[in-house]
Amino acid sequence: MIDVINLQKSFGSNKVLNGIDIKIEKGDIMCVIGPSGSGKSTFLRCLNCMEDPTGGQIIFNGVDIADFKVDINIHRRRMGMVFQHFNLFNNKTVIQNIMLAPVTVGLQDLKKAKRTNVMIKLTNLFRSSRMKKDLVPITTNKAEIKATAKENAMALLNRIGLADKADVYPSTLSGGQKQRVAIVRALAMNPDVILFDEPTSALDPEMVGEVLDLMKQLAKEGMTMIIVTHEMGFAREVANRVLFIDGGQILESAPPAEFFGNPKNPRLKEFLSKVL
Amino acid sequence: MGDFSKKVDAFLDAFINQNGYAKVLEGLQNTLLIAVLGLVIGILIGTVIAIVRVLPKYKVMPRILNGICSFYVGLFRGTPIVVQLLVFYYVMLPLLGIRMSSVNVAIIVFGLNSGAYISEIMRSGILSVDHGQMEAGRAVGLSYWTTMFKIVIPQAVKNILPTLGNEFIALIKETSVVSFVGATDLYIAFNMIGSNSYEFMVPYLVMALIYIVLVLLISLGIKIMERSLRKSDRRH
Repeated sequence: MIDVINLQKSFGSNKVLNGIDIKIEKGDIMCVIGPSGSGKSTFLRCLNCMEDPTGGQIIFNGVDIADFKVDINIHRRRMGMVFQHFNLFNNKTVIQNIMLAPVTVGLQDLKKAKRTNVMIKLTNLFRSSRMKKDLVPITTNKAEIKATAKENAMALLNRIGLADKADVYPSTLSGGQKQRVAIVRALAMNPDVILFDEPTSALDPEMVGEVLDLMKQLAKEGMTMIIVTHEMGFAREVANRVLFIDGGQILESAPPAEFFGNPKNPRLKEFLSKVL
Repeated sequence: MGDFSKKVDAFLDAFINQNGYAKVLEGLQNTLLIAVLGLVIGILIGTVIAIVRVLPKYKVMPRILNGICSFYVGLFRGTPIVVQLLVFYYVMLPLLGIRMSSVNVAIIVFGLNSGAYISEIMRSGILSVDHGQMEAGRAVGLSYWTTMFKIVIPQAVKNILPTLGNEFIALIKETSVVSFVGATDLYIAFNMIGSNSYEFMVPYLVMALIYIVLVLLISLGIKIMERSLRKSDRRH
C-alpha cells in the first residue's frame, strides 16, 4: 500500500534520512524504534509529507505523493496521524474535533461537484444533442453530511467510552483521554493507514495502558498502522514487523520474535541491551 | 464655588439652547465611526498582512508579498498619524483628483494606520498558537487556508484580544487629531461650545469625561468578549 523508495530528507546540510526503502502492506502493524535523533520521527512525518522529502519516492495507493505537483490534501485524508502531544483543536469541543475534517472535506467535495455541474451545463449548451455530457450525480446535501459526521463521531466516542465528554473542550480532558480522542479523530476519516508519532511518550505512566489498549483493538480489526514508539513490550506483542532506524537508515527489519530474540545488527544489539 | 456654577450655567446654556448638543452628538458619532470602522479596516488589513508574514517562504510569491507588507508596515509605523492624515488629504486626494469628505478620509487613514499595528499584534497571536495545531489540521487533509481560518486564527484572536482592545482604545483617543483635516469630532464640538460661551473650563472637563466613559465602556465590552472566548480554557 505504501512503497517507500530511497527516501531522503535533509534539513539544510544536516542529512536526517539516508535512503530508506520499505514496503508497507495492507494490515501491517509496523513499529519503528531507534535512539533519539535517529530519524525515526522524521521518517514517519515524511510518509504523509508533514516534512517534504528532499529525495526519493513515496508511492501511496499508486501515486507518488512526494511529488510536489500532487494535491497532498487529498491523500492525507486517507492517512491518519496521531501526535505525541495530541494536538487536539483547542478551540473546538471534543465532538467538533472529530467532526471537523469529515464535514469540511464533505462540504468541499459537494461544492466542487456543484461547480463541475454548472460548467457541464454551460458547455452542454454548445454541444450537439448527441455529445451532451452527463452531470455528476449529487446524492447528498449539507444537512446530511453534517448528520452523518455527527452520528459517526458519536459512535466513535461511544466506542472509547467518552460519549459524555462530547461537548467539553479538550483542556478538560486527561492526557489519556486526549490521545484516545485524537486517535478516533484520525479514524473519523476512515483512513487506509494511521501513523502514530510516539503516541504514549507524553502520557503519565498510568494512562499509557488505555491508549495502548485502543491501539491493540485497532490492530485486531486489521487497521494498517505505523507506530514510532519506545514501548518495546507493545512492539513485541502487537507488531508484525519491527524496524530499527539509526543514522537515517533502516538497520534491521524483522518480525518481533526475531527482532528481539535474535537481533543481527550490532548497533541494535547494543540498543536493546540498554533498553530491555 | 459660585464662580464655577456660573460657568456650568454658561456651558448648559451653550449646550442646550445654542444647539451645542447637536454638535456634540455629531462629534461623538464621527469619533465612534472613525474608530470603529478604522478598527474593522485595520483588523482586515492586519490579518491579511499577518498571514502573509507567517506564510512559509519557499516560493517566490510569498517573498515578494512579504516584502510589500514589510514596506507597508514600515511606512505607516514610521510616520505620525497626523502626517498621514495631512498627506492623504492635502497631497494624495488632489493629485488623484478625488473628492472625499474629511470623515471618510479619516476612516481610511485610521484603518490603514491601525492595519500596520494590528498586523504585528495578529502575527504575534498566530505565532503564539502551537505549531501542532496547524500540523493536526493538515494531517487530517484540511488545506493550509482552511486550517488557518478555522483553527489557528480563532485561537490567535483569543490570545490577542486584550492587546486588540488596547489598540481600539488608542484609536478612540487618537481620533482627536482628525480636526486637522476639518472633520468634526468631540474636540471640535466642545471647542465650539467654549467659543460660543467664552468659557472653556467646563466644556473641556465634560469632553474628558466623555472620553473616559467611552473607554470604560469599551474595556467592559472587551472583558465580556474575552470571558466568552475563554470558554475553551476553563475546566468544568
